Amino acid sequence: MTVAFYVASAVAIIAAFMTVTRLNAIRALLYFVVSLLAVALIMLLLGAPLAAALEAIIYAGAIMVLFVFVVMILSIGPRQVSQERQWLRSSVWAGPAVLTLILLIELLYVLTKAGRTSMSGGQVAPAQVGRSLFGPYLLGVELASMLLLVGLVGAFHLAYRLGENKQGNPREE
Amino acid sequence: MLDLLWLIPVLPFAGFLTLVFCGRRLPAGAIAAVGSGCVGLSMVASLLILADFIGAPPPGLSYSQTLWTWLQIGGFAPVLGFYLDGLSLVMVVVITFVGFLILLYSTRFMEVNEDYSRFFAYMNLFVGSMLLLVLADNLLFLYLGWEGVGLCSYLLIGFWYRESENGKAAMKAFLVTRIGDTSLVVGFFILFMSLGTLQIQDLVQKAGNLWVPGSSVATAAAALLLGGAVGKSAQLPLQTWLPDAMAGPTPVSALIHAATMVTAGVYLIARMHLLFILAPYVQFIVALIGLVTLLVAGASALVQRDIKKILAYSTMSQVGYMFLALGVGAWSAAISHFVTHAFFKALLFLSAGVVIQALDNEHDIFKMGGLRKTFPIAFWTFVSGAVSLSAFPFVTAGFYSKEMILSLAWSSTKGGAWLWTAGIVGALLTSIYAFRMVFVAFFGNGGPVRMRPAVAMKAPLVILSILSIVGGLLILPSGALAIFGNLLHAALPGDRLIPAASSSHAVLKTVASLVGPVGCFVAGFLYLARPSWVAVLADNGFSAIVGRFWFVGWGFDWLYKGLLVNPFMWIARINKDDVIDLFYRLCAFATALGARALVATQSGKVRWYVMGMALGVAVYIAIAVFL
Amino acid sequence: MSAQVPFEHCVVIVGVLFFVGLMGVLVRRDMIFLLLSLEIMINAAGLAFIVAGARWASPDGQVMFLFILSVAAAEVSIGLALVLWLYHWHRTVDVDRASEMRG
Repeated sequence: MTVAFYVASAVAIIAAFMTVTRLNAIRALLYFVVSLLAVALIMLLLGAPLAAALEAIIYAGAIMVLFVFVVMILSIGPRQVSQERQWLRSSVWAGPAVLTLILLIELLYVLTKAGRTSMSGGQVAPAQVGRSLFGPYLLGVELASMLLLVGLVGAFHLAYRLGENKQGNPREE
Repeated sequence: MLDLLWLIPVLPFAGFLTLVFCGRRLPAGAIAAVGSGCVGLSMVASLLILADFIGAPPPGLSYSQTLWTWLQIGGFAPVLGFYLDGLSLVMVVVITFVGFLILLYSTRFMEVNEDYSRFFAYMNLFVGSMLLLVLADNLLFLYLGWEGVGLCSYLLIGFWYRESENGKAAMKAFLVTRIGDTSLVVGFFILFMSLGTLQIQDLVQKAGNLWVPGSSVATAAAALLLGGAVGKSAQLPLQTWLPDAMAGPTPVSALIHAATMVTAGVYLIARMHLLFILAPYVQFIVALIGLVTLLVAGASALVQRDIKKILAYSTMSQVGYMFLALGVGAWSAAISHFVTHAFFKALLFLSAGVVIQALDNEHDIFKMGGLRKTFPIAFWTFVSGAVSLSAFPFVTAGFYSKEMILSLAWSSTKGGAWLWTAGIVGALLTSIYAFRMVFVAFFGNGGPVRMRPAVAMKAPLVILSILSIVGGLLILPSGALAIFGNLLHAALPGDRLIPAASSSHAVLKTVASLVGPVGCFVAGFLYLARPSWVAVLADNGFSAIVGRFWFVGWGFDWLYKGLLVNPFMWIARINKDDVIDLFYRLCAFATALGARALVATQSGKVRWYVMGMALGVAVYIAIAVFL
Repeated sequence: MSAQVPFEHCVVIVGVLFFVGLMGVLVRRDMIFLLLSLEIMINAAGLAFIVAGARWASPDGQVMFLFILSVAAAEVSIGLALVLWLYHWHRTVDVDRASEMRG
């Protein structure tokens, strides 16, 4: 189990790194999907099967698909490669890399001072999570649904206006 | 009748207000009536009060009328009140009488245009302020009158403001007298700090009790008051404004710069005589200033060509005589000389005005001539004024007052033979320049005449010339008509004489009497009989240089310009952008710089902002963890 | 089944993921990549909550993860619509082009 955990986390980190450094948008997206799946595995190994399932279904399944659709609408991908190469000269990476390294060092420092703590080891079953959602966190659930409604309406409104302008006439339904 | 006292200054102020508010809309006759009538009524009131004062003298020979308390702050409660004693009564009568005559003259002298009402408004304001000055019982209100006459002097010198030269002359007068005014105010501060009151009668009593004669506080206060008097009375070293002040209309010169305002300093010293007695060094300086001024001014008057400038220097010189009298302790003699000087100097100015106007604004006496035949009244009145100025013996008012001064200069304990000698030399100079004017302007041959004077102008001339001749009777120490003399001697301290000097009195009096006619003879000889000698003196080396030096007023203008005006203008020029302001501009500049720096951090780019946030987090964690 | 991994190791992993995402946000100029890197960061944050929940065997961690997920979904939909708009206006995917708030 421990080995699987470390392998999965390595895959997640490497895939994330590849996502960030690719020139082609589609390839970056695919690497990110891999990273998401690796993270889902990590969650499973930590005893959170519901979270793992939701990660795979919603994150990798819905959100990433949305990204793919938009990339295809904008037709970025192969066309942008040369531009990306221009934008991503090595000099551009220097500053952010240094900054991130500093932050990482600080994080490691804080954690090494803390010592070793062990996990409790148990699984948290989906039933438990569900009971929690319908119990103490009921309000949060309602707010989340409201948020999703807002996102829906907003996205629709923006896209509608976009569609109008592109064609010059109001869209026919 | 004495409670009509408040009317005397109030009537001219009322005239001023009327003319200021309605002057433009009134016809010329109404303006003239209001303008001269208010002062005329004031004169009537003062004559009635004079009659009452002499007929039924009030207790203590003084009368006070309080109007109201102006303010009350702690122990400082100045009261606006009038104090009438012999001194102020004499001043009031002379001011209103001469003022009325001059205003009557100006009703026909001044051109009837849109400035007509403005002239009378300013003149009424002036007369009101001067009356306030002499009647005030509190130094604060004396100063109010003092400033008022200074303001009116400025307004009236620059009356024809459309010529910029007149404005400059007015500013010069105002600024130079301001220096004196500042000195005066500091003197008031010292008096208040030391004695706790500015009420004149209380003040001099306290000073007499508290101050040691010759102490530094007395000397300081008296010296500062002297500074104020010197400025207003155009004595050395603040005398440079008076010749330039002749840029104003002739009635203005007659009233302000001959009869009344320039004597304000003399009045101040006479009123505060107890302070000067307590500071003998300062009193000596008063005499010294008077002495030097009378000689300097007399010399300058000798070489001037402009008739008004001659009269201006003559005024300076005669006020010097008054200062000399005050300095030797001859208080009533000084005021008597003021009375006679008011008569004959106003007369000289008014008749000069007739001549100037008739010759179409010609001021140069060498361009006049033969006016004896064309203007007989102007001629005879002018001659009577000149004769009085030169102090011809026995028949003129000027003789009595000048003779009083000279004899006291010799025989007073504070006087001396050298003061008397300088006075005699000054009298000789006076006589020469006075008759120089007469012979050059009125004798000889002349040109055509533009206009003849009106009755309103002739009447004051005649009245004043009569007074110049017989006015001496008014100022004698004793006698049937010696109204003024009695009043003055009652109000001011008597003269302390050196007993041994009385024996040489007869010789001195003879010499003093002869000076006048001798000067007339000299002037007649030089200007009528031997004019070529004058030309030789004027062009020949040394005397030409001396003449030139005297002509520019002994170089004081040049000295002040180099010493004070030019450095000040230089500083003003280099400070044009206000050096002190640099500091504030630096503040503004630094703020703008900071703002620009901060604006530069707002690049509008998302990634830049994220970088900022990440940096902030890194720094914050570092501080929290490592420190 | 659950792995016995020290808590600190999990936190380090989460941190590395987060910083990789941060680096991506700072470096990439393409709008899509910016949003993608943001997603990496959000995902790492969610993983952190799961790790914490596993530490104390509490369902709260997973609940929080659920909320984060819904937030991410809403944000992505609006964000991508805005990306479409920006592309429509400026004809480029360069995010530096949208700097009208400068100054």
